[in-house]
Amino acid sequence: MSTSAPRQVDSAGTTGADGGGDAYLLQTVDVAKIFGGLVAVSDVSFGIRRGSIASIIGPNGAGKTTFFNMLTGFYKPTVGAIRFDGHDITGTRPDKITALGVARTFQNIRLFSTMSAVENCQVGQHARMRAGVFGSILRPPRVRREERDTEAKAREMLTYVGLAERLHDQMSINLSYGDQRRVEIARALSSDPKLLLLDEPTAGMNPQESAELTEFMRRLREERSVTVLLIEHDMKVVMGVSEYITVLDHGTKIAEGPPAEVRANPRVVEAYLGKKESEAEH
Amino acid sequence: MATARLRSGSQGAALSRLRDSKHGNRILVALVFLVLIIFPLFRDPLDNFVDDMILALAYVVMALGLNIVVGFAGLLDLGYVAFYAFGAYTIGWFGSDHFAFINNEKGIHIFSGEFVSSTPGIHLNFLLILVVAAAICAVVGVIIGTPTLRLRGDYIAIVTLAFGEIIYRFAVNGDSIEFAKNYKLTNGRQAISPIDQIDLPFFKEFDSAFTIRPFYWFVLSLVALVLFCNFRLRDSRLGRAWIAIREDEVAAASMGVPLVKTKLMAYAAGAAFGGMAGAFLGSYLTSVNANNFQFGFSIFVLAMIILGGLGSIWGVVVGAVMLSFINSYFIPDVFNSIPRDLGLDFDLTQLSFGIFGFLILIVMVLRPEGLIPERRRKLEFREGLGETEGIGTEEEVRRVTA
Repeated sequence: MSTSAPRQVDSAGTTGADGGGDAYLLQTVDVAKIFGGLVAVSDVSFGIRRGSIASIIGPNGAGKTTFFNMLTGFYKPTVGAIRFDGHDITGTRPDKITALGVARTFQNIRLFSTMSAVENCQVGQHARMRAGVFGSILRPPRVRREERDTEAKAREMLTYVGLAERLHDQMSINLSYGDQRRVEIARALSSDPKLLLLDEPTAGMNPQESAELTEFMRRLREERSVTVLLIEHDMKVVMGVSEYITVLDHGTKIAEGPPAEVRANPRVVEAYLGKKESEAEH
Repeated sequence: MATARLRSGSQGAALSRLRDSKHGNRILVALVFLVLIIFPLFRDPLDNFVDDMILALAYVVMALGLNIVVGFAGLLDLGYVAFYAFGAYTIGWFGSDHFAFINNEKGIHIFSGEFVSSTPGIHLNFLLILVVAAAICAVVGVIIGTPTLRLRGDYIAIVTLAFGEIIYRFAVNGDSIEFAKNYKLTNGRQAISPIDQIDLPFFKEFDSAFTIRPFYWFVLSLVALVLFCNFRLRDSRLGRAWIAIREDEVAAASMGVPLVKTKLMAYAAGAAFGGMAGAFLGSYLTSVNANNFQFGFSIFVLAMIILGGLGSIWGVVVGAVMLSFINSYFIPDVFNSIPRDLGLDFDLTQLSFGIFGFLILIVMVLRPEGLIPERRRKLEFREGLGETEGIGTEEEVRRVTA
């Protein structure tokens, strides 16, 4: 499995060690996570090219979320290394990884529910702000400007994700499910990420909403040059939007490549799609 | 989804009404402060009610400090009394003749009042002491918080409880902890006394033997200052980060909020206010007695903010004043003889903590969000947040859209 790392880099067309850092925004090398005796993720090496939309798929319990949690700093990999944008972020604290330019959304929405949509997006900008205890109390012009700017940016992001202006100051618990998803993405975008990680963003959405979100991801890449990595169950979304797909099963990478290639891979069909079909027969 | 929209509508209306009344609120607050400033002039200079008010306002300062830790950031601190102790000992050390032998028994005087200008010991001006007390408490808060605040929820409560108890033990037994030249750490239950009176630049030195009005006005301005700080902190980058941590640590961390550092700031800010109140009480009571720093006091202050409404600034003020008056006026002066009238052989003061406990119980049953609830907390209590109730869980939505 460890030999697949250099092979993957080669197949992606990069030349030598110096070129790798530039083409790939995020790279993992033989990352593994072991809880007690349970191997949740083992020897996963993969990379995301700058400006691409990539996906991680796999059946339930394949280790996708564990892998995500390692990328965002919530779990420290047992072995292996993670590099992001020229920094080694293996075992770095989540808030520092966010400050470097990784933002995420959650599988089950985790907004700050008693805060307004705007306040949620202001928290998203925490790492870009300066005000400390004394600054907050004395509010010098610098802090006032910072507050004004972050609020303006929050509103801009909320408008960008399509939240109606009259809902900007609503407490987020009062928003509809779809709007909450929007606010969560806006909150993540508020931190000026280079890489946006979306954990099952279309969960609970109807086909039309899913299609809108797919379109939105493309727009995001075009207009804001954000690289997107998503975990997704909805095969239609994954196949439609991703340029590169990594398939996990039982914690190991069983396949990767462009959608057409992955779809044709017999191991994927067996592990993922095959299982789905047998489930459907029940 | 229809109900969600309906509720959001009424919420919006309530919010706009709140915004409209903001101006009215300011006038109301100004009027209340005006009355509070003037009323002692119509009272005896050593009036009992003014005395009770001074204590109540000092407790307001403490409660507002603890409110930052417990109410804003959601960290249960059961050892807040430690910061009262550190604040009080700051004035005990630097505003009395406790270190009588220092500087060849001539003492050290920095902008100190006339009364003590030739007495031995260290005597700093009270404003300096206030700053030093706040700084010491903030530093101690950071020292105790750095290892503690990595823990979650209940563990923080247990460690802070132990911390408060350790400081109390040090205070009680400090009279046998001696360092160079017979300097004792504290005077234990013998108390460090007398403590310097407050001496402010441009004002006559305070003298609690003749009038306590200046103390009242001083602590009132301290309350105003701490209120201002509380409002500013709440509506700031830090305030938002505290609420974010309170609601969801994982989400807060992934939004770039450094958990330990942000919690430490809450802890240090809360500690600083506790220290200021402690220094003031030391001067006003003219003694620093280890007996004042028992565990029960932490609970007393915590009860104030729970009664008033966790996180609600005005609620905490009301809760602190109420409990303080129950403690220093209603129980000992008004209702104290009730057990005897009923033929029972004890004073009501012996039941103080039972009464506080009973009050908290009633509040928890009837109005768990406190007397003047904070907008957010009210929602958390009433709508069972965290369960994403009222929006429809993922499964529910799937079922509906399927």
